[in-house]
Amino acid sequence: MLEYNFMRYAFIAGIFIALICAFMGVFVVARQTSFFTHTLSEIGFSGASFGVFAGISPLLGMLLFTCTSGLLIGLSGEKVGRREASISVFSGLFLGLGILFLSLSEKQSNYATSILFGSIVGIDKANLMTLVLLSIVLLVIVALLFRPLAFNSFDAQGAEYNQRFNQLISITFLILLALTISITAQIVGSLLIFVLLTIPAQAAKYFVHSLNKMISLTFIFVLVGVWLGLYLSFLTDWPVSFFITVIEALLYGSAISKQKITTAHN
Amino acid sequence: MKNILTVSHLDLKIPDRLLFSDLNFSFPKNQLTCITGENGVGKTTLIKHILQDLEHKHEQHVQSTIDRSKIQYVPQLRNIDDDYPLCIRDFVSFGLKKRLLPWNSKKMKTKVEHILAETKLTHIASHPLGHASGGEKQRAYLAQALCADPELLILDEATASLDTDSKNFLLKLLKNIMHENNLTVLFITHDPELIEKYSDYELNLHNQTATLSKKEAVN
Repeated sequence: MLEYNFMRYAFIAGIFIALICAFMGVFVVARQTSFFTHTLSEIGFSGASFGVFAGISPLLGMLLFTCTSGLLIGLSGEKVGRREASISVFSGLFLGLGILFLSLSEKQSNYATSILFGSIVGIDKANLMTLVLLSIVLLVIVALLFRPLAFNSFDAQGAEYNQRFNQLISITFLILLALTISITAQIVGSLLIFVLLTIPAQAAKYFVHSLNKMISLTFIFVLVGVWLGLYLSFLTDWPVSFFITVIEALLYGSAISKQKITTAHN
Repeated sequence: MKNILTVSHLDLKIPDRLLFSDLNFSFPKNQLTCITGENGVGKTTLIKHILQDLEHKHEQHVQSTIDRSKIQYVPQLRNIDDDYPLCIRDFVSFGLKKRLLPWNSKKMKTKVEHILAETKLTHIASHPLGHASGGEKQRAYLAQALCADPELLILDEATASLDTDSKNFLLKLLKNIMHENNLTVLFITHDPELIEKYSDYELNLHNQTATLSKKEAVN
């Protein structure tokens, strides 16, 4: 299996995706921005088709749309991004806009649609380098922001009065999230990145209770999902994204069952 | 007796009414002052306003002898539900200040353990905060604030949802910690029993004014 270049790239990409998703995912879950993360992938699709329509690159369109919405949500308070109604509105509106731009551009653009359902086995060396670069940038910024970001994410009320620059931290985080989704969606598809940013971190918090361990376990959950998914896909020829999603869902299911069993025993 | 913070000629309006007019009072240093008053009189609003003035260095009406970073405010409501995953030790550590590196130094770890012991949380420090009782949660909030080395600690209705035993336990603990660390404490409360037993001073808010009176705390 590893004699194929594309399989080797996919396995290496898995490590970096796991790194990104571990460090971002734990905060996405703590800040309860899973739904906004989902909306961001649709906004990204819309941005990509705008990019095709406007004749700029799809990635640029995507970055433009996702970063702007990250900024707007950050300025208006993250509560807005959690409201059910605003999620439905945004999600629907941007999907609609995406379709409009695609049809206006009069191009049968596989590119924009492949952003929703991209595949990790299709990546080349240049993609891999982009992922590595993104991971480095993200890790450096998250490391610098780690303390205030953790305080702000896990104890918003406490941080509000006892820490400065909270809004700046929120906005920076949302823009990092927009960046993550835009760039990784080009490579593995926004459906998959949404799954990997939210489910493993959700599952990890049922097993361990310190921040370091949550990040480590999320990393392991993502890596197991991606690697095992790649292997199973290689054996069966079914889509990788399907296997990864199923593995992550199973991990989450086991976390919930564990939780139920422990509560029943107490 | 020294004062830690003085408010002079402060008017405070909210959109539909005047809450206070021409407020003048001082908070005595190293004492526990209870801030009392009817529901809706504006206790929390007043404290938040004072904090905001200090933050923006508006020194016209609020003069403080200490820097804003030496004040810790423990809010009344916090979003900690039963599912809250993080352990008490990590939650408390959020109070640590002045370090850029993501991991804690040995000295910081020792400090957290010391504060956990002081607030009687050591035995449950690795448990998720979501599973803790009301009294334990309040102690964790207190511990987090203590990690920031405050000189002034403001507790907003910290005992509102606690039973008699936990209330008294928390207040006794607070008094001990106060004396050991030279802390000044402001405590917003409704509870006549606690005011009687533990407060050194009472700032009563009523009719848009404030009156500070000395109390003889038993403890």
